[in-house]
Parts: sequence; C-alpha cells; structure tokens
Amino acid sequence: MFYRENGQFKTTYQSDQQIFAIPQDRWAILAIVVFAFIGVPLLVDVYLLRAILIPFLILSLAALGVNILVGYCGQITLGAGASMAVGAYAAYNFLIRVSGMPALAAILLGGLVAAAAGIVFGAPSLRVRGLYLAVATLAAQFFWDWAFLRVKWFTNDSSSGSVSVADINLMGWTISTPTDKYLFCLGILVAFSLAAKNLVRGSIGRQWMAIRDMDVAATVIGIRPMYAKLSAFAVSSFYLGVAGALWGFIHLGSWEPAAFSIDRSFQLLFMVIIGGMGAISGSFFGAAFIVILPIFLNQLLPWIGTWFGLDISVALVEHVQLMVFGGLIVFFLIVEPHGIARLWSTGREKLRLWPFPH
Amino acid sequence: MGFFIETLLGGLMSGMLYSLVALGFVLIYKASGVFNFAQGAMVLFAALSMARFSEWIPEWLGMDNLFMANLLAIVVSVVVMFAVAWLIERLVLRHLVNQEGATLLMATLGIGYFLDGIGQTVFGNDIYKIDVGMPKEPVMMLESVFDGGILINKEDFVAAFIAAMLVLALTIFFQKTSTGRALRAVADDHQAAQSIGIPLGRIWVIVWCVAGITALVAGIIWGSKLGAQFSLSTVALRALPVVILGGLTSVPGAIIGGLIIGVGEKLSEVFLGPYVGGGIEIWFAYMLALVFLLVRPQGLFGEKIIDRV
Amino acid sequence: MKLRNLAGVAAAIGLSAALTAPTAYAAAADQFFPLLVYRTGAYAPNGVPWANGFLDYMKLVNARGGVNGVKLSWEECETGYATDRGVECYERLKGKQGGATAVQPLSTGITFALTEKAPVDKIPVITAGYGRSESQNGAVFGWNFPLIGTYWMGADVLIQHIAKKEGGFDKLKGKKIALVYHDSPYGKEPIALLQDRAKMHGFELELLPVAHPGVEQKSTWLQIRQHKPDYVFLWGWGVMNSTAIKEAQATGYPREKMYGVWWSGAEPDVKDVGDGAKGYNALAMQHGAEPNSAVVKEVLAKVFAKGQGTGPKEDVGEVLYMRGLISAMLSVEGVRTAQEHFGKGKHITGEQMRWGLEHLDLDQKRLDALGFAGVMRPVKTSCLDHMGSAWARIQTWDGKKWHFTSDWYQGDEKVLRPLVMTVSAKYAQEKHITPRTPEDCKK
Repeated sequence: MFYRENGQFKTTYQSDQQIFAIPQDRWAILAIVVFAFIGVPLLVDVYLLRAILIPFLILSLAALGVNILVGYCGQITLGAGASMAVGAYAAYNFLIRVSGMPALAAILLGGLVAAAAGIVFGAPSLRVRGLYLAVATLAAQFFWDWAFLRVKWFTNDSSSGSVSVADINLMGWTISTPTDKYLFCLGILVAFSLAAKNLVRGSIGRQWMAIRDMDVAATVIGIRPMYAKLSAFAVSSFYLGVAGALWGFIHLGSWEPAAFSIDRSFQLLFMVIIGGMGAISGSFFGAAFIVILPIFLNQLLPWIGTWFGLDISVALVEHVQLMVFGGLIVFFLIVEPHGIARLWSTGREKLRLWPFPH
Repeated sequence: MGFFIETLLGGLMSGMLYSLVALGFVLIYKASGVFNFAQGAMVLFAALSMARFSEWIPEWLGMDNLFMANLLAIVVSVVVMFAVAWLIERLVLRHLVNQEGATLLMATLGIGYFLDGIGQTVFGNDIYKIDVGMPKEPVMMLESVFDGGILINKEDFVAAFIAAMLVLALTIFFQKTSTGRALRAVADDHQAAQSIGIPLGRIWVIVWCVAGITALVAGIIWGSKLGAQFSLSTVALRALPVVILGGLTSVPGAIIGGLIIGVGEKLSEVFLGPYVGGGIEIWFAYMLALVFLLVRPQGLFGEKIIDRV
Repeated sequence: MKLRNLAGVAAAIGLSAALTAPTAYAAAADQFFPLLVYRTGAYAPNGVPWANGFLDYMKLVNARGGVNGVKLSWEECETGYATDRGVECYERLKGKQGGATAVQPLSTGITFALTEKAPVDKIPVITAGYGRSESQNGAVFGWNFPLIGTYWMGADVLIQHIAKKEGGFDKLKGKKIALVYHDSPYGKEPIALLQDRAKMHGFELELLPVAHPGVEQKSTWLQIRQHKPDYVFLWGWGVMNSTAIKEAQATGYPREKMYGVWWSGAEPDVKDVGDGAKGYNALAMQHGAEPNSAVVKEVLAKVFAKGQGTGPKEDVGEVLYMRGLISAMLSVEGVRTAQEHFGKGKHITGEQMRWGLEHLDLDQKRLDALGFAGVMRPVKTSCLDHMGSAWARIQTWDGKKWHFTSDWYQGDEKVLRPLVMTVSAKYAQEKHITPRTPEDCKK
C-alpha cells in the first residue's frame, strides 16, 4: 500500500537511473541517515556507542571493501586483515613522521598505501584463480603480520611493537568523546558507501561483475582482466586501509599487529557472505550481525542459565558462542545462500504488493 | 655441512607431518569438490577425543594397561569421527548440493567453528596428553663424520613412516577397490556417477569418514608432539600451502608438496631467518607455494582447470 | 519466503536488540572489580588457574567479612588474550555498579591499550608481574601498577643468577645467551634490559622469536643446536612453554640450562612433559607452588568447604593459582589502605584506589597475618615506584614438583632505574605528559 510505484513516471533517464529511484526509498534513506546523525547520539547511551555502533560503522566500511573484491569481482580473499593493518600502520607513520599532517589526510593516505600494497599482493590473481587464489592471499596476511612485528621502522622503533594514537584533530574539532568518534566514522562511512554504490553501478563495476561471472568470456568481449582485477584489489584495499586506520585510531587507540590477524580476515569474509555478496547493503547487514551476535549471546546465555539455575561460566559462553556462530553460518547458507540482503530485497518485493497477495 | 643435512632431514620429516593434515583436505576435495576448511577443527576434535577417552576409559573400566586403553580409545575415536562425518553429510552437505564453491567453503568454515566449540565443551580446554609410546629422545647419527652428529628426531621419523604407510593404504584404496573407483567417479562428474547408480550421499559419508580417520591419525601424531589443545587446529593453516602447491586433487601431490614446503620452511628459517630477525617460516611457505603457483596455477599435480565459456 | 516468516525474523531482531542493551545496575556500596580473564583459546591452560586463584581470594575476603565491612563484587569477561576483546570488556564493565575499582588484564597487549584509557577513566590498572616495565615510574604512568615484578627486573635477576653460577659478572664475557620469546609485546619486553646487560658484561645475546601461538619451534631449536648457547631464556606463554621444553628434549638441549620467566614456570607448562622437563628452571616472582601456606588452608576451609571453590581442588596452591591469589590480595590491600585514609567502611573510587595503591605498605607482620608467611616479602610502593618490591628467586622442576633452588635476588636498581627513567621520559615526551610531582602524589 505504501510502497507502490503507482503514478510515478520518470521523464529523464537520470531520474530513472538514480540510486534511489522511488521517492519512498529516497525519503526512507534520508530519514535513516538523519536519524543516524542526529537522533542516535541523543538517544543512545555511551556504552552502546563505544562497544557496538562504532565497531559496526568501521567494520561495515571494511566489509564494503571485501564485498567489492569478493562479491562484485569474484576474487576470494583471505588477506583482508593485512590490508587493514597496512592502512593502520601507514596512517600512523604519516601522522607521526610528517609534522602538521591532518589526521584525516593521514587516514586517507594510509588507505592509498594499502591500495598500492593490495595491487602488489593481488597480482597473483592474474594467473591463479578460485581456491588457489584464496590461499595465495594468505601469503599477504602472514607476511604483513610478520613485517609489522619485525620491522621497527613501521612501529616508530617502539620496543614492544605496540603503537598508539592520541586524540585526533579535524580542522579544529578534536575527536575525543564517543559521540565525536561516532559522527566522524558515520560521515566517512556515508561518503564511502555512496562512492562504492556509484562505482559498482558504473563501467568499472560492470567490468568487475563480468569478471566474476565468467572471466574468460569477459576477456573475449574486450574487458581487460588485468585492469579489472587489479582495480578491484586497489579499491577494495583502499576501503580496507581506511577502515583499518579508523579501527586503530578511533576504536582501539592503541594496537599491535595481532589486532589485524587472520581471525579478522575470516570475520570480514563471514560478514560479506552472511550479509550478502554482491550487494552494498549486504555489507551493513553482515557487519551488524557479526558485531551484535557475540554481545547478544553474552547476555542471552547467562539469562537462559538462570532459568535452569545453572551458573554458566564465561568459558562455556565462549564455546556455545562458537557453536551458535558456526551453526548460524551453516543455517544461513542453507536457507538463504545469498545472504540477509536477499532476505531484505525479498521483503521489499512483498511490501510492494502488501496488503494484496499478488 | 652436517647442520645443513640435519635441517634438511628435519624439514623432510616436518613436511611429512604437514602432508598428513593436507591429505584430509585433498581427500574431501577429490571426492566432493568441497574445500574442507574444517579439517583443522576435525584434527583437533579427533585429538581431543583420543586424549580424553584414553584418560576416561581406564577410569570407567578400572584398568591399568596403557596399550589397551590406547587401543580402545582409538576404536572409540574412530566411531566418533564416523558419527561426525555422517552428521555433517546429513545436516549440511545434503542441503547444499549444487551450490557454488564459495558457499560450500563458508559452510565448512561454519562446521569448523561448530566443531571447535563442541569439542571444547565436551572434552574441555586444557592441554591433554596423548601417550601412544612415541619416542621422545633424539638419536645422533654419523657422529664420526660430522661434528656433533646429525640429529634425527625419532618421534618425527616414526610419524613420517606412519604417514607414508597411510598414503600407501589410501592409494591402494583409491586404485584397487570398487569403493575407491566409485569415489573417483564421483570426483569426476557427480551427475554421470549418479546416472550409473552410485549413491552420492553414501559416497560422501564414506569420503568424510576416510578424511575423519586421516584427521584422527594426524591428531594422534600432532597431539603426541604438542599435546591435545586448542592451537592444534592452527596446524591446518600450516598445511594449506602444501595443499595448493601439490594440487587440490592429488594425493601424491600432498606428499611431494609437503616435502617441498617442509624443507623450504626449515631451510629458510634457519639460514635466511637470522638476517631478517627470524620468524619468517610461515609466510615463506606461502610465498614458496605462490611462486610454484605462478608457474603451474593448478599446483604441481593438480588437474588443469577447464572452463566452459 | 512467506511474509509471516519475514515478520518473525523482524521480531527476532527486535528481541535481540532489547537483549543487547545492557541492564542498568543500581550503584551499590560493593567494591566492583571487572575480571578480564581468558578461559578459552590458546592461552587458557595458563589463564584458568590464575583466574580461579583470583576469584577464590575475592570469595575468601567476602567470607572474612569484606574490607572493613565493604563486600567485593565482580564480573568475569572473556578476552581470549585478544587486545580488542580486552578493550571491549573493559569498556563494558568499567562503569558498572558504581564504577570499577581497578582492572587487571593479565595480558601485556591489553595493558598497552588500557594505559591510554585508564588516565581518562581514572581507573588503576594493576599488572602484577607483567605489563610495561617502564610503568614502574609512577610519575609518568600515574595509573599503572606493575606490582612486585616487571620483566626488566626478572631478566636482571636471571642475569645475576647466571653470573653467580659462572662465578662472577666478569665470567660472563664471551658466553652466549639465547632468548626464545613469544613474538608479541609480552615477549619483547626483556630485550631492552638484556641488551644493556650484554653491553655491560660482554655476553652475546641471540634473539629467537616464535610466532603466536608458539607450536612451531622446530627451526628455533635447530638453530639453538647449531649455535650452542650456554643458556636459554624462555619468555613464552600458553602452549609455547611446553612446546619449547618438548623441542629442547627432542634436540637434546639440557633442560638445566633453560631458564623461564615466571609466566613460563608453572604446572601446565611442565606437567605433560613430565620427566622430560626435569631440571628446567624458572623465575619465581617471590612465590612458587605453595599448597602448605596458611592462606591456601584458609581458602580450602572457608571457600571450598562451602562448595564455592571456583576451580578443581587439585589446582589450589599451584604456581599460577597462587599468582592469581596474590594479585587479588594486592588489589584488596589497596582498597584497605585507601579506606584507612579516606574513611573505613566507605566505598572507594578509582582515584582513591590509586592513592591506596601508591601508599601500599605491607610489612612481613601484615603479610603473615594475611596468611602469606614464607610466601611473600614486604611490599612498599611510592609515587616514583609503582612496583613496590624487586625480589625474586629461582625454582626448578624435579619431574613432580617445583623446588626453590636459589637464594633471594633483588633487581639491581643501578641498572634498572636509568632504563626505567629514560624510557618513561621518552613516553612522556611522546604523549605530552607532565610527570607528576611529589605534591601531586599526596592527593
């Protein structure tokens, strides 16, 4: 009833092809964004901001990067954590070594360095495909894990390998309170999501999707695989690098290479698969799921335990979390292999007809 | 020179141990086209099962004989792994027939997490001992020829021997028995195999059972070396370069790949490592596999990837 | 998919949102302690006994009647030794029940992260026997308390012991010492001091890192076999320790020449190696395994007898259990000292707790009364010295138990203090911290 497109006639190609072609969509998205910027900081308490919303925003950005590579270009990568690490350490070095470097510039430059590293370590994709490529990307993961522990220059000669960043400054606005951090991350996320959505709708996005679907056929019709694949690696690593810099600067404040280990890479891949590969909204759904699930289980399991009068130890909660996590992944893959984004779009399709059955 | 030989031998034996784990990957991929990321978790689960049952069985039955306890524990663990294989096929694989590779990969990752969780819930998360009588002291050979002799790690040597025996058994199984032929048929083409009457579901259960036994052997050997504890599942990450170097579909490839990776790792760590501060083993193995892949993108012995355009 | 099912999914999401919101706690008069522990993961075998000891002591204090009537409350949070989970646990629990009194992360990595946050939140971070070695300097690190032991002090004691065995510091010249360390901030901590001492006495230091989780040490020990160091120092954690000893056995390196730090010298590290670990030495940060101590007997009587023991009874009195017990004791004594100053029977805030921890004065009489006779030496902290005590000794595993095999050593202030001051000054300069003056400390 509310979602009908009755009476909406487009008179220009531009209005027909825009991202949110239906006014209901546009208004809804605008409302969500405005609520996110204004409503959430006012309504939500500090703990939720710090523990759930900020990680969610940063990991969505990272999941966007992985989605571009895995979902849109079809190159499975297990080295996403390494790109985040490169971005974080590069941004740190720019901030520390170049006096007067604004924090935002350092973060973006960190992303660029990550993009360059991504191109180098993505070069094997030109020769190696499928599962072999997935395992080959692990080379990048382990190499950077080692490099940031061993090469002292990266960590400003810190004896422990641990680095930290104090409050960052954005043109006079000091980002120190959780609300500031939340708004900063939200701003970056909105800008980058818009960019990603436009990229995947454009020529380069279509090239990526052609490579994903059938790369030999794509080459035959004239798409240059080197350009397409390496640009996917570059853009994806840029997003991951910026996300890594944000994770280190904003969320953790002080980090060591283990913060970007292979577990992080797997976590990002899970987000993309559960959220929906090949869908921008899938990155957000997946990130929300993965961020909230452990915290949810942490509250739920002891609560269930009190019903049965059992004292559930944190170890048991942890193990059950692993089991539920694994079980939910399998469940999702069986029920909806295309992820939550597909559930969402199915829901929207139903809404178009509601309350009519067909 | 003696030290070089020592490192070389150590690398070869270490490589055989990686091959043991890699075999599990290869078996499942060969027969069902699924890359089983849960292999590490299966090795851990099998090792925990062996360790705990060899502790519990003497308690329950009140006996003292270590050999009998180990034997019974092995039997029970085999049954447990068979049950796991059957459940995986029933609950997960059956519903994911015909899905694309990435989906199946993620499903096995999910199974891996689940096995990790349930293994530690049921068996506990301490370090548990597996004592199958492996020799622990080293033996020095050729002490007259080389200064200090060449160190042979007896435990690794026995483990390498067991791995070789297992490979031999598996090769005979695949080549000579009718079940083995059926497995190869299924690996070739699911639909063709079904059309001549090979029961797909049962074949997959058999494959996962065989992989489970391989995981048990690997679990016992690695568990005897390191103790059955959580980090055992990270051994799978060390075996991945072996799998891709040898080729995902080749059992001899897993062995040759293992030997190459083992030697490459140890030689690089001992001779190149000191110049860069050490700790380069893990990524060197992956880089080595990557270099081989650039020359042969499907691994040394893997099947060429044929695409229909 | 039917619309019903989608509606059900939406309802489930709503329920999960409700459950994820943290429940509000009324501020109570209890002293709340967040417990950042790890009972799962690669380091669980060592983390579990520490956590059990810590919890049992807290229960014991409550059974004794609390601290001048104020009871202790706590909540466990699983960190899995991961820094970001540790930070998340800290953030979640720091404001509960009137605010956290102090936090003990049991991980050097998490300590680094919390060092930035603690001054802002005004919650002391107690890192008894771990953490940043330079945080001993309380003028710069006002909120870090590496009580009764830091890694530089431990490494220093090891060198003193080796020198004593060799017959004097001058005999160290030309010797080789290999450091097999966990490739993380924890493992790298002693390097600075060992390099200083190597320059001073002319011995060669070989650094051999082992990547997390530490199960792959074959190449490390092959290198040790080639280079034949006179001594091997082990700075490992979790399964890395037992693997190191097993590899030492497999390459024939005499265990008598191996010395582990106090986190590499506990039962989980040697038990499943059994006789193969005979002769292995480790640092004892004052205490070893103390099953006969008065405090252990009290725990068994007052906590276990009532069925409230946290872990298995067999673990009570083991090395890591005692360490957890002692860490909890230091926390509680900090509360008590703060109460003496700010008001007995009152609830203590984080800032007051910091005052308490900075003015700790546990003499032997007090320690004996608490049940630590023969286990601990006096602890006295001050503004410039957040460590409070620099005593340690060596213990050796005989295949079944740990025995003390040396006299007491004290960390050499002449070597340690300059290093602490230089490194903490560098930190202060980097972070634009003005070191506190003695007047600041009195507040």
